[in-house]
Amino acid sequence: MLADLIESLAKIVFIFTVNVGVFAPILGWVERKQSAVMQDRIGANRADILGFTAIGLFHSLADALKLLTKEDFVPANANKFFHTLAPFIALVPAIAAFAIIPFGGRYELFGHEINLVIADLDVGILYVFALAGLATYGTVLAGWSSRSNWSLLGGLRASAQMLSYEVAMGFSIIGIIIVYGSLRLTDIGAMQEDFFRWGIFLQPVGFIIYMTCAIAENKRIPFDIPEAESELVAGYFTEYSGMKFVMFWMAEFLEMVTISAIVTTLFFGAWHIPFVTDAMLLSWFQFAGPNGAAALAMLVNIVVFFTKVSFFIWLQMTIRWTLPRFRYDQVMRMCWKMLLPLSLINLSITGLVVLLL
Amino acid sequence: MAEISKDLHTEHMVINMGPSHPVTHGTVKFLATLEGETIVDLDVEIGYLHRGFEKMCENSTWQQVIPYTDRLNYVSPLINNTGYALAVEKLLGIDVPERCKYLRVIACELSRLSDHLTNVAAAGLELGAFTAFLYFVEARELVWDLIESLCGARVTVNYVRIGGLKNDLPERFEEKVRYVFKEVRRLWVDVDKLLTKNRIFIDRVRGVGAISAEEAIAYGFTGPCLRACGVPYDVRKAQPYLVYDRMDFEVPIGETGDNYDKYLVRMEEIQQSMRIVEQALAQMPDGPINVRLPQVRMEPKEKIYSRIDSLIYHFKTVIEGIKPPPGEVYLAVEGGNGELGFYLVSDGSGKPYKCRVRPPCFALTAAMPRLVKGRLLADIVPTFDMINMIGGECDR
Repeated sequence: MLADLIESLAKIVFIFTVNVGVFAPILGWVERKQSAVMQDRIGANRADILGFTAIGLFHSLADALKLLTKEDFVPANANKFFHTLAPFIALVPAIAAFAIIPFGGRYELFGHEINLVIADLDVGILYVFALAGLATYGTVLAGWSSRSNWSLLGGLRASAQMLSYEVAMGFSIIGIIIVYGSLRLTDIGAMQEDFFRWGIFLQPVGFIIYMTCAIAENKRIPFDIPEAESELVAGYFTEYSGMKFVMFWMAEFLEMVTISAIVTTLFFGAWHIPFVTDAMLLSWFQFAGPNGAAALAMLVNIVVFFTKVSFFIWLQMTIRWTLPRFRYDQVMRMCWKMLLPLSLINLSITGLVVLLL
Repeated sequence: MAEISKDLHTEHMVINMGPSHPVTHGTVKFLATLEGETIVDLDVEIGYLHRGFEKMCENSTWQQVIPYTDRLNYVSPLINNTGYALAVEKLLGIDVPERCKYLRVIACELSRLSDHLTNVAAAGLELGAFTAFLYFVEARELVWDLIESLCGARVTVNYVRIGGLKNDLPERFEEKVRYVFKEVRRLWVDVDKLLTKNRIFIDRVRGVGAISAEEAIAYGFTGPCLRACGVPYDVRKAQPYLVYDRMDFEVPIGETGDNYDKYLVRMEEIQQSMRIVEQALAQMPDGPINVRLPQVRMEPKEKIYSRIDSLIYHFKTVIEGIKPPPGEVYLAVEGGNGELGFYLVSDGSGKPYKCRVRPPCFALTAAMPRLVKGRLLADIVPTFDMINMIGGECDR
């Protein structure tokens, strides 16, 4: 019992640290640096502590300090309760979604079985969708409660866009669920031990649709119409400042991590290296004794998983800094007239093939 | 159905875009009436950058107006300088030396380059293509470095003088031009790859802000926006000034007049401007850059300090100003946005009696409601970008 508790706590602390403590601030830095590289610039490099700039890494720290000390502004006539609640609703699902994502296999350590996932839910992926649905409320509430025309327009756009893309996103995932016959992400991950059973080979169309919809859900360029700064100033978070603003900002980055993690888990072999099974890893690390081997294998799993996640974050950032943004009606048309039919076709073909085999 | 819609109370949303809004660079205000996302009505309010340019001119000597013209279209100040100087010279009935004409052409085309680069870059930025923006801003920086080496300033150039120029080319200018153009062409290719065939970009700009040639002429369109409608009107070809008639360049035209055509026309004009500068540099003769008329263009300082007649002329032109004969004149040059006209009236004194500017983007901005009415809110963005309204020029 106690061991279980410690295990769960350790995993929660680990994931929370990785996400909120490492990914969110580092991503801020990565986004600046990567955009700088893509745009022939140097990027953030001025914030220093005692003369050390650490290639601009301290900017995240400086940002945090600045934003913490900023005035928390609530516009007159705004609904103060919902105005305060909205960023929490946006941020919490982004953090919580990570609970069911497996970042490693199942190992025996000191006679105690460790499963490298915080909550091994049998509804698995549905939980992620439920949380994604919740995040919509944060955006819509922010837009509505600010009592600003820009925010309202942004909130309206966001609700239409996020709800629409959730539909197509859901259908794009059903294909994967049919193929693997499970909703549990640890099962799906374990089944991808065989390189040729990776989701990308079984469901290539599903991957493209999911990736597109996920970026649209996250409201990043080219789908950032709810916050399109040249049209709506900043869209639904126009009237936010200080830490509340950061919460939206962090939610966006964390969602980016979540999307990458889900893509990795569903389509790119989760924690597996191609052609290497967990059993092989254990046998390679035999020299360290059974416990040492398990620990090393876990470490390799985690490193491999987060490397893949980092790759997809990089991919999303590259897209972000390359493309212009869509127009509102084009985004909706793309969802309902292209992605949804495509995902339905994909679903029917998958169903047919699985039935026939 | 009728029952439901009767009970459902809806009203239009009126929003103020600007004067301080990301899309209204140049400081302008749109009063948009929206039905959902559709623009029912749009009012354009200009005048936020009104400085009383025309009135200021009446209180300064002819020569003192030139720094004011820098602030008209502040993205291409050299064209404004040149346009004004040409108009005054026409009033005076004088002609500048050959080398001066070539130098002015080079200056004008460098300015046009910076104007078009900025315009396309800003359009990219506002459509979310931040990378394309920075590529062209880098190119513009290089062009501005050239302009800086030419006149010592980047924006407020104050380079052209009535009857001449402030200074000749700096050393190794041709080398710098070669280097800069190589870089600009490289960046042009990058932006071309990023935007011209980008499906999202095309979807955002094609078919948006389209206007027929007849209507465009009726509105008083000139420049790239008119050429995008298929009218090959370019002041440099229609009424060649300086030495444009000796330059081999093409006037790109579009078909539909939509934002995509305006974009393509500007992209092509960037290439043509570089061609013109290269030709002008190759053809440019040696010789003086100022007219030898001490009552119009100051003589060199050594002469002023050593000769009494030069000193007197210097004193008279500085204190009283150049005195063109009474009369009026209109002269147009091809500005970054179109026909930039100067209508000058002289009463024979040292100060302009009237200095009226025909700003190309005034007519273009006036067509904004026509271009976006009935379309979506987001369409304001590319349309207004391609109009390229410059506050300093439009509001004066």
